[in-house]
Amino acid sequence: MEYIIELLDKNGLIVAFLVTGIMVYFSEGISVKLTNKKLPGSAIAIFMGLVIAYIGGILTEGKSGIADIPGLTGFKVMGGPMFRDFAIVSTAMGASFAVIKKTGSVGILSLFLGVIFSFIAGVGIAYAFGITDVESLTTIGAGACTFVVGPVTGTAVGASSDIIAISIGAGVVKSILVTIGTPFIAPYIGLNNPKSAMIFGGLMGTTSGTAAGLAATDPKLVPYGAMTATFYTGLGCLMCPSVLYFALKAI
Amino acid sequence: MLLRGVALLAGCYIIGQIIGESLGHYLGINNNVGGVGFAMLLLIIAQNELEKRDLFHIEMGEGVMFWSKMYIPVIVAMSSIQNVRVAFNNGFLALLAGILPVAICLLFMPILSKSTND
Repeated sequence: MEYIIELLDKNGLIVAFLVTGIMVYFSEGISVKLTNKKLPGSAIAIFMGLVIAYIGGILTEGKSGIADIPGLTGFKVMGGPMFRDFAIVSTAMGASFAVIKKTGSVGILSLFLGVIFSFIAGVGIAYAFGITDVESLTTIGAGACTFVVGPVTGTAVGASSDIIAISIGAGVVKSILVTIGTPFIAPYIGLNNPKSAMIFGGLMGTTSGTAAGLAATDPKLVPYGAMTATFYTGLGCLMCPSVLYFALKAI
Repeated sequence: MLLRGVALLAGCYIIGQIIGESLGHYLGINNNVGGVGFAMLLLIIAQNELEKRDLFHIEMGEGVMFWSKMYIPVIVAMSSIQNVRVAFNNGFLALLAGILPVAICLLFMPILSKSTND
């Protein structure tokens, strides 16, 4: 048994291809048979991924979901940032440069609004829970942007580790919510064209959440949403520990 | 030809990431700023320029398309390695601090979408 797990880990990426393939196959089946194609197979597969990530987390108490289970470590490569970003970039082929140029300015505006209002909402909630020191408030506000901005900001302003953990938690909740919720909310917010996808990416910011949510909604929108979302984390890391932190301190 | 497409994609990816990483470095935030976005812009521009010069072979496009089609499986794998446990275990505060910003930002969607209807 030991040597088989070792073999699976040695060929981790291939194992991940196989397991993901099986998951996608079953999701397509569920989509057709159980939901009459109302729920897209990709949405079910992504949800299934989150469920097995939770199971993996509970079984191993690790941080990387299913990839912490021996024999399945290859998921870290296939689902890691390198493959994710490479695949996202490839979706840009055939995207319209004219649309991006035209929507560019409102895309930038949506980025700033997204960071500032996520921050304010996060700070407001933390304050309502009785947290009053500026460092902790800033960190949780930053976590409400993305799960990268939270710890980066927390470290910069010197917040305690349990506050940083909460900020990561908030960011992960956001990412999962966007992943699952996007296909359901899309018809109500007019998310059906490249322009609105760019605005959506800027407002939500979580690259993984936006990318997965749009993939489940309409794969054609992915490059536009990802285009703006990819600037969000950087902007958040720039603004939260500086401008927003000082603004909060002044209040 | 197929590999030329993959190489084009890889080239755009690396250059874009270098731009994003350098931007972050010089802004002093130790984080990538829009690397993927720059890479996507490069790919779109490169494709347009090559097509103008009639140098963009169909098979080259297929080299990129393969990765584009691998996108959803990669995202499924990405979901499978998220720290979902931490999202549940950090209590009500983390849960609300994740949900409320999404709700508030969604309110801006119609306003911003309208502003581009020209």
